[in-house]
Amino acid sequence: MFVLVEMVDTVRIPPWQFERKLNDSIAEELNKKLANKVVYNVGLCICLFDITKLEDAYVFPGDGASHTKVHFRYVVFHPFLDEILIGKIKGCSPEGVHVSLGFFDDILIPPESLQQPAKFDEAEQVWVWEYETEEGAHDLYMDTGEEIRFRVVDESFVDTSPTGPSSAEATSSSEELPRKEAPYTLMVRRSPRG
Amino acid sequence: MEVKDANSALLSNYEVFQLLTDLKEQRKESGKNKHSSGQQNLNTITYETLKYISKTPCRHQSPEIVREFLTAMKSHKLTKAEKLQLLNHRPMTAVEIQLMVEESEERLTEEQIEALLHTVTSILPAGPESEPKRNPDDAMGDDEDAA
Repeated sequence: MFVLVEMVDTVRIPPWQFERKLNDSIAEELNKKLANKVVYNVGLCICLFDITKLEDAYVFPGDGASHTKVHFRYVVFHPFLDEILIGKIKGCSPEGVHVSLGFFDDILIPPESLQQPAKFDEAEQVWVWEYETEEGAHDLYMDTGEEIRFRVVDESFVDTSPTGPSSAEATSSSEELPRKEAPYTLMVRRSPRG
Repeated sequence: MEVKDANSALLSNYEVFQLLTDLKEQRKESGKNKHSSGQQNLNTITYETLKYISKTPCRHQSPEIVREFLTAMKSHKLTKAEKLQLLNHRPMTAVEIQLMVEESEERLTEEQIEALLHTVTSILPAGPESEPKRNPDDAMGDDEDAA
């Protein structure tokens, strides 16, 4: 579920923090920058694991702060393909079942990946899995709050960095409001229970 | 910022749990000096991740248990990812093993699956939910937490 990612970055320490130990200041700055944020094509950053190398710190003219190049390792949430995870059902919509892990919410089970036959109950806004046994058909409701085991099938990273001003103002036919896209989504498939 | 290696090592849930608990202790000890908005993200993610991992069987593990588990797994010839999943989830039924181990019907016979299940349940401690102890095994020796 979690991987270690080696990264390099330049950390700026403002002068009023010079009294603190450099390692502590750097750790705090890195956590401030990366914790709970998604890095494109890497995953959701959790917290700093350790600092492997500190290069010399430089002070540039015009700026009293010190700049240090840091090599460090960060704990990142990035499940591998086909990994089995357990999460809670957050809700259902026509797009599928939304599952949450607590710290990560953008997990979707598209309708094709649900055990067939499954249908969406419009009245209760919930997906139902109806399976037949010898006695008759049973309906299993995907209720909110239920724990569900699933297998990671696909992941998608969206680059949500701000784009420059669009050149053509004429293209106003498409969405007026910019849609908030999740930077990191997991498509999963429900794994059969015992 | 540059990413040197996006996959330098796999971490088990227990290692992350340990790291976050230590981090929390450290921050509590250093006092409430930097409760700026900058640390809010770290607080949020630490809290949520700890909450999630605490509900899994990983919170009762220890480095010795993990080492023992990995040495016991050597004989079964599983990939790193499969061993990691077994460590994180502690499967109790054959169906769960079949999900986590690829092509388990071809690679493992029924006795091997049983042996694997037995190794997993005897070495790894049970999760927060109480587990009926079928036969008093050797592994439950040292620290038995009184229910």
